[in-house]
Amino acid sequence: MGDKADVWQGTLALMVLKTIETLGPLHGYGIARRIEQTSGNLLSLNYGTLYPALLKLEQEGAIASEWGVSENNRKAKFYRLTRAGRKQLGKATLDWEQTTAILARFLAPSEDPV
Amino acid sequence: MKLLRAWALRLAGMLPGKRRAQERELAAEIDSHLQMHIDDNLRAGMTAEQARRMAMLQLGGVEATKEAYRDRSTIPFLDHLLQDLRFAIRQLRKNLGFTCTAVLVLALGMCASVAIFAFVDAALIKPLPYRNPSRLAGVFESVAMFPQSNLSYPDYLDWKKLNTTLSSLDAYQHRGFLVSTPAGAQPVRGARVSDGFFRTLGVVPVLGRDFYAGEDLPTAPRTVLLSYAAWQQRYGGRPDVLGQAVTLDGAPNIIVGVLPREFHFAPAEPADFWTALHAQGECDLRRSCHSLYGVGRLKDGVSLQAASANMTSIARQLEKQYPDSNSGQGAALMPLTEVIVGDIRPLLLLLLSGAGLLLLIAAVNVAALLLVRSESRKREIAVRTALGASAGRLVSQFVTEACVLVAAGGILGLVSARWAMQLLVSLISEDMLARTPFLQGLGLNIRVLAFAGVVSLLAAALFSLAPGLRIRRFETREGLAEGSRGSAGTVWRRLGSRLVVLELATAMVLLVGAGLLVKSLHRLMHVGIGVEADHLVTMDVMAPPATYGKEAQAIALGRTIVDRIRSLPGVKSVGFAANGVPLQGNGNTTWVRVLGRPWHGEHNEMPERDISAGYFATLGAKLVRGRDFSDVEDASKPHVAIINQAFARHYFPGEDALARQLSFLSTPPVPIQIVGIVEDIREGPLDAAIPPVIYFPFNQSTDTYLGLVVRTAQDERSLLPALAATIRQIDPGIVPIGAAAMTDRVSDSPSAAVHRFSARLVGGFAVLALLLGVVGLYGVVAYSVSQRTREIGVRIALGAQRGSVYRLIVKEAGWLAAIGIAIGLACSVAAATLIRGLLFAVQPWDFPTLAAVAAVLGIAALVASFIPARRAASIDPVEALRAE
Repeated sequence: MGDKADVWQGTLALMVLKTIETLGPLHGYGIARRIEQTSGNLLSLNYGTLYPALLKLEQEGAIASEWGVSENNRKAKFYRLTRAGRKQLGKATLDWEQTTAILARFLAPSEDPV
Repeated sequence: MKLLRAWALRLAGMLPGKRRAQERELAAEIDSHLQMHIDDNLRAGMTAEQARRMAMLQLGGVEATKEAYRDRSTIPFLDHLLQDLRFAIRQLRKNLGFTCTAVLVLALGMCASVAIFAFVDAALIKPLPYRNPSRLAGVFESVAMFPQSNLSYPDYLDWKKLNTTLSSLDAYQHRGFLVSTPAGAQPVRGARVSDGFFRTLGVVPVLGRDFYAGEDLPTAPRTVLLSYAAWQQRYGGRPDVLGQAVTLDGAPNIIVGVLPREFHFAPAEPADFWTALHAQGECDLRRSCHSLYGVGRLKDGVSLQAASANMTSIARQLEKQYPDSNSGQGAALMPLTEVIVGDIRPLLLLLLSGAGLLLLIAAVNVAALLLVRSESRKREIAVRTALGASAGRLVSQFVTEACVLVAAGGILGLVSARWAMQLLVSLISEDMLARTPFLQGLGLNIRVLAFAGVVSLLAAALFSLAPGLRIRRFETREGLAEGSRGSAGTVWRRLGSRLVVLELATAMVLLVGAGLLVKSLHRLMHVGIGVEADHLVTMDVMAPPATYGKEAQAIALGRTIVDRIRSLPGVKSVGFAANGVPLQGNGNTTWVRVLGRPWHGEHNEMPERDISAGYFATLGAKLVRGRDFSDVEDASKPHVAIINQAFARHYFPGEDALARQLSFLSTPPVPIQIVGIVEDIREGPLDAAIPPVIYFPFNQSTDTYLGLVVRTAQDERSLLPALAATIRQIDPGIVPIGAAAMTDRVSDSPSAAVHRFSARLVGGFAVLALLLGVVGLYGVVAYSVSQRTREIGVRIALGAQRGSVYRLIVKEAGWLAAIGIAIGLACSVAAATLIRGLLFAVQPWDFPTLAAVAAVLGIAALVASFIPARRAASIDPVEALRAE
């Protein structure tokens, strides 16, 4: 596990939102697994940290939850995206794209003299 | 919006029901999470044991998750606070004796200081109910005898016309009226004011209209404004009161308006009827008759000094123009606020300081109690530290406890302050209340609450600091060690001792202050008034000028009154003086010169009294030389006068006054023969020096307002109803006012009332301070004894006598008391010098008072240390040594 990256502060919420958007209503365990898989197992995620993050998103109204039954017939709490959540996701995605683009430009080997 | 919603949900998450539901739900969710994970792991081929272990591992611990979740679902800071609060309340409940003492002591300090602050607020802080009150000035003439004296009407008109610094100048006169009612004439208090008076103040009637310009001229119809109280009480608050007529002094006045409820104007109060001036009659038209006061509004950008200089130069100009009437008449301006509350300010500041000192003692007392407690909680704190409580968390616990204490004490103090205010108001005489209408604004308003809040914050800071600071000194190991004898005990004893010295010194200051004020009051009540007050009854009589204004009518009335009252059973003699009896200080003055001495137009001003023959005899005032007036001395006989001793000392030192003649400042001079010298009578306030006074026969200078004095053989008070009835029988139009025994008049006179009020209040504070100081000393000594039980046991076991143990303890207390008293002495003399103006015939360093107070404190300290000393001396050495 040594060379796996920790989850950056603030990015977890974005990953959660994106995951739910992609897969539709999903329980906490499913979200955790999906984030791990999507990152190509490069990310070390304590599944436990997901729950406060989910609670925060729910308190902020970005997601809503309700109890249901999982594919394996287990009782589980499913989270779905609200309209506000969808909006937040769009905005956060845009912000991140911008940030990464800027950073990419900084980090690219520069050839033009200033 | 998003954040707000999140915070609201977190706040809601702190409700106990909601919290339990959330915990249950999270537990279920984690449970389902683990189940699904284990299912997956099993499917991936792990053993059951391994699947479970891996799932737990990846979750990162159930408890840690729950903890993180909890922090998110509630507000941790508030959560801790609630925990601290619950713990603090539990702690305080467990130690009920301590808690009750601390809360009561604190409430006492708060109650006193808040109640007094409410008075200070009502009088000194709350703005006066006028537009821009800081731009208003009281305008006075100024003479040697009265630095702020009245204006004459012609002078007022000239000042108004000639000044360039006031945007308006108006005049008022506080006076009594006789109002005609179906039940007969009734005396009422009122004022007459110039037309622009209310506009200058910036006061608009709530009903009807203000006086219009020119309405104060004699040619205008007579109109009157009602005070709000008069409107409510006399007219039931009916709006149709406008246009009604009310007969004042026999003349109908049309009611044109009602003044606002919050309006007051202390210099002319109590006043129910405010009439327009209508200058007419002998006094108003004479430039040397001063009956009005002025109030002016400064022009924008003009300072009071500039306006004052302006008025002074006008006064000087008038002096040249009218030397007969205006020689020596200067001008004086002062802020209107000073005119209204200037007199009461020192008294209120004195009381506020007294209450503040009491509060200080109370707070120090509670702080000392908290220190004792923190000492005995050393183990608890050590245990908590050992279990991992951070210093911050420990301090926050102390802060919470302090806040709970202060909140309880503060609320109790505020509630009792309301009651204390009513008590204080009931201590003020009605007469004095009527003259301080601004005290009507008394109450727990926003400023008073803010004051209470600041005091509470300071107290809370002190109380959390006291034990909080001590935490650092605790060593966990030492605290945990059984029966440890650390240095903390002595450290605390040193700190506690300092607090006690502070308390005792403060108590000393209050006691000395109270002692001096009580002594002042005593001196004041026993000051010679030149009158035999026992068995002397006084009453004012107001006769309608329309019926009794002529000289012959007034003389006849005087004779009738004397004859009728003398025939009442028990009455020994009767006399009267125009315009009131001794102590009232009506302020009528006259100008005279001594015939046969060079005179350059200067005004020798002095109080003038016009008295009946027999007035001095009735008062019991002794004629030192010469004779009394006789009833037949009227205008047809030569002018005569009697002077008091002060007059004789001042104008005829080493001369025979009876050989001299005086004269008014008329040309040609009319000689007045001095026929007698009377012992000084206190015509004015008790606490003022007696000036030269001149007495004329009433029958040569009549009036319709009489002050009767009646000497009776029986109880004074039983005569009062008969007196009033007799006057009414003579003429129902004549009104008797304020019958009272002379002894009551002395003790109710304004100066006596002020002295009594301050002596009582500061005395009360001082007694409480003494009590608290002594209790504080007792606490320190008792605690020190309890800490030294083993040491004392050893001493006794080694053969120390009981007497030496006594001495040991009493010596400790004695030292503290001695230091406290010494510091207190120095501070008291300093403090007493500050309140010098409120003392009467007592020096701030009055030795008997200082010595008595020091003795009282010393004895109290000995008594307080005797109880713990006895306990120490009776320690059983075997018990004391085995107990460890």
